[in-house]
Amino acid sequence: MRLALLAFLLIPSFALAADPEFTLTIRNHRFDPTELRVPAGKKIRLVIDNQDASAEEFESHALNREKVIPGKSKVPIFIGPLKPGRYPFVGEFNQSTAKGVVIAE
Amino acid sequence: MLGAAIIVLRETLEAALLIGVIAAATRSIPGRSRWITSGILLGFVGAGLVAILAGHIAAWFEGVGQELFNATVLGLAILLLGWHQVWMSAHGAELAANAHRVAQDVRQGQRQLSAILIVIALAVLREGSESALFLYGLLSGGEASRSSLLTGGALGLLGGAALGVLLYAGMLRIPVRWFFAGTSALILLLAAGMASRMTRFLIQADILPGLKSPLWDSSSVLPVDSVFGVLMHALAGYDARPAGMQVVSYAATLLVILAGMWWVRRSGPGSRH
Repeated sequence: MRLALLAFLLIPSFALAADPEFTLTIRNHRFDPTELRVPAGKKIRLVIDNQDASAEEFESHALNREKVIPGKSKVPIFIGPLKPGRYPFVGEFNQSTAKGVVIAE
Repeated sequence: MLGAAIIVLRETLEAALLIGVIAAATRSIPGRSRWITSGILLGFVGAGLVAILAGHIAAWFEGVGQELFNATVLGLAILLLGWHQVWMSAHGAELAANAHRVAQDVRQGQRQLSAILIVIALAVLREGSESALFLYGLLSGGEASRSSLLTGGALGLLGGAALGVLLYAGMLRIPVRWFFAGTSALILLLAAGMASRMTRFLIQADILPGLKSPLWDSSSVLPVDSVFGVLMHALAGYDARPAGMQVVSYAATLLVILAGMWWVRRSGPGSRH
């Protein structure tokens, strides 16, 4: 399993886009990867790619974030800067399977 | 079914509590039930539309559209609640004290109620569209039986509504002497909580800086997923790990509304005699 999928600079037009980007995929109501390693102390652009037909709600009390991701779509969520540590998250609409953790290090 | 009930209950709770507080706070304004009911119905229609259209206008929800939508809805609700608060501080005490009012008061009361209608419709729209999206997604995915999902959803909705009614009934028991101050304080906290939530959406969308994030972590003392935590979150905007900017906007909203109330009470055109 690849841990960090992507970290790239978006092309100039967007000054804020220098934040490192990571992708989380949702398939069959599961997150992939379930453990996402990100650098601590930096703002992260987390892109959630929901490949299921149904909507999911990304929710994390630890990250203080929640956002609905409609079926078959990709949405960004900005998180951090984080202190080193583990930040669990769930898919609120399918909590029995959709679980994961962001590890800042 | 239980899962659907719990999710819908959680999404409904905030709106239900808001409606309970507003219904109690406006009980002395004639004709308020009609306006409140219309607000709820409008919100439902709006939430249904958002859910049905979400599939077709997914692009609208892409990027940070969702955060902007939520932040706009919350911002509007804060303005209207703030105005209500200031208006009530000028007229509310009279309304509560006098059984019969002059026509002027009623007309002003009606204008006031139209603001209340919008606040309620917005709350139902925002909370309801998430429930609707959730149920609609599961229904169209064909992953669970329709009847059990709908039953669960209905149970959750009823549960939320029941909590709103409970809060309303509880507030009506506040002695008259404290009633105005009590509802007023609750609406202030609701508005400030909305400001904090709005700010969180704007931070999540990378439009506002978080400042220090989190400013504190009280999740071991009062987790936001505990029963009391959920209630405090819905009523007073409690957050266990707020960003500094959220706290700033919370305090600023409190101060601005309080200043408005103080100002109209001092300079109100003979509103007290």
